[in-house]
Amino acid sequence: MTALVEHIVNPTLIEARERPELIGGGFFAWAREKLFYSWLSSLTTLVLLAAMAKVGISLFQWAFLDAVWSVPAGPQGPITDSCRALGSGACWAVIREKYRFILFGTYPFEQHWRPAIVIALFVGLFVVSAMKRFWRIELAALWGLMLLLIGLLMWGGIFGLTFVSQANWGGLALTLIIATIGVAIAFPLSVLVALGRRSDLPFIKWLCVAYVEVIRGVPLITLLFMASVMFPLLMPEGVNLDKLVRAQIAIILFFAAYLAEVVRGGLQALPKGQYEAAYVLGLSYWQTSRRIVLPQALRTVIPPLVNNFIGFFKDTSLVLIIGLYDLLHSAQVAVAEPAWQGFGVETYIFAGLIYFAFCFAMSRYSQWLEFGLNMLRHR
Amino acid sequence: MIAETDPTTKATAVSIQKVNKWYGSLHVLRDVDLDVAAGERVVICGPSGSGKSTLIRCINNLEEHQQGKIVVDGIQVDHNIAHLDAIRREVGMVFQSFNLFPHLTVLENCTLAPMLVRGVARPDAEAQARAYLERVRIPDQANKFPGQLSGGQQQRVAIARALCMKPKIMLFDEPTSALDPEMVKEVLDTMVSLAKDGMTMICVTHEMGFAREVADRVVFMDHGQIVESGSPHSVFGQPRTDRLKLFLGQVLREH
Repeated sequence: MTALVEHIVNPTLIEARERPELIGGGFFAWAREKLFYSWLSSLTTLVLLAAMAKVGISLFQWAFLDAVWSVPAGPQGPITDSCRALGSGACWAVIREKYRFILFGTYPFEQHWRPAIVIALFVGLFVVSAMKRFWRIELAALWGLMLLLIGLLMWGGIFGLTFVSQANWGGLALTLIIATIGVAIAFPLSVLVALGRRSDLPFIKWLCVAYVEVIRGVPLITLLFMASVMFPLLMPEGVNLDKLVRAQIAIILFFAAYLAEVVRGGLQALPKGQYEAAYVLGLSYWQTSRRIVLPQALRTVIPPLVNNFIGFFKDTSLVLIIGLYDLLHSAQVAVAEPAWQGFGVETYIFAGLIYFAFCFAMSRYSQWLEFGLNMLRHR
Repeated sequence: MIAETDPTTKATAVSIQKVNKWYGSLHVLRDVDLDVAAGERVVICGPSGSGKSTLIRCINNLEEHQQGKIVVDGIQVDHNIAHLDAIRREVGMVFQSFNLFPHLTVLENCTLAPMLVRGVARPDAEAQARAYLERVRIPDQANKFPGQLSGGQQQRVAIARALCMKPKIMLFDEPTSALDPEMVKEVLDTMVSLAKDGMTMICVTHEMGFAREVADRVVFMDHGQIVESGSPHSVFGQPRTDRLKLFLGQVLREH
């Protein structure tokens, strides 16, 4: 208590005081130190609080108090007049009506349980892969098995499942497929390219440099257009790769070029002595790479790697320009029918929250991983 | 793997003949000749930049020499991958900066190469690693990471790691230069005991005490050349050249 009095009398003492005591003073002591330290800081605090309150209340009113949660059904579809009434807030009815389209795209309606299971499988696979105790060789087998199962569920055609062409895949399921397969193939590829770029063999080195520089120098949209329009022209007669496959290849090549540079950064950070020690112990190039170089190099580049993964997850939304119904495109198309026109904000918020959930999880996980791995490495 | 083995060089562990090396226009090794017999302990000393580290790094091809001939255990150091692989299996090396693998435990540092390169089974590799760690007197640190050890302990692990490959020849490249003074002795003691067991050793070091105690021969290098060579007694006691006198004066003042 005496400490608190001292602070009031002489605020400059706060710096000198040790913090635990201050925190012991509770919320008011903390607020006094951090928010109302001088008249300028008090003013700033009050202005910002007022602005936040204003925006927060409006948002709350729009999103909850004035929101329309459902609309009556009419003979020609839903009647959305209540959403269009003056003073009405968010029209969450559109989500209630269209969430299945946003999540699953144009996948046949009565078969939606299949992509729903696929989404659950993906999330389960991510969670299992994130746990260190499962980091064994069996995990790779699990991935293979799961991707097989996911393909089986999506396509069907056997075990009594009706066949669904990949032209009808869409929504969150499609976004997860493109992003996961993209990263799962691009990452190992990028490691090879990064190693190749540092190779002593000139041809391999030039090939890797050319690949990275060409792909990085081109926007992803251009690559997708090329995959969509030019690629079929280059293929021999009769060979016709599906649009989704072509987009997937373009995305893999794009991701790998960026990841390769991140991995190369990690390789360069490794001291030369590590290579020399491995060399004099008789380790081969691949043994050195796998056991000495990569475990250390990849660990140092976790933050930029995850940063790229997060970027890629959202970049997959660019497939909409070649007409694939991924999560974002589905959210856009969901409000195309006349009854729902004008409610794009609600569907975009819905899609945005889904993107955010995945990206935020990745971000938190990377922080945890970085901390956990650094605990091991007291350099 | 089969290299021409000259019966007359049988007892010669390392033979260096008229070796020259340049870094660009800088002539770092000039006509160096040095023969090291099996079981011999040679200490190489000289001022920094004299080429002594470069010379021993040429023995296991960490650096490439451009002229002359180096033969290690009857195998010539050339561009033949099989020769180089055979040589690096027989030659162990200890670095100034330890170069332990920081992401592996002490035990894993010692078992990795025997398992991957020599194909030793894990239990055998671990038993052998523990025996060598015992020998360098840090058996209780096997499950720690290198970063948790002192510099002297790390360097002793590095010695154990090299020994686990059962090399015929050990190279030491200024093994105590990066250590705090109080840790130098523990590493030198380990090296002395190794020398007494008859290991062929080539050490680049300024530790005159160590040289006096174990070296069969001391080689003094300056400007890429071998200037003097002989028993520790003669090299340190009766230096013939001014360069060696100057160097000895400087080293003795430091220590």
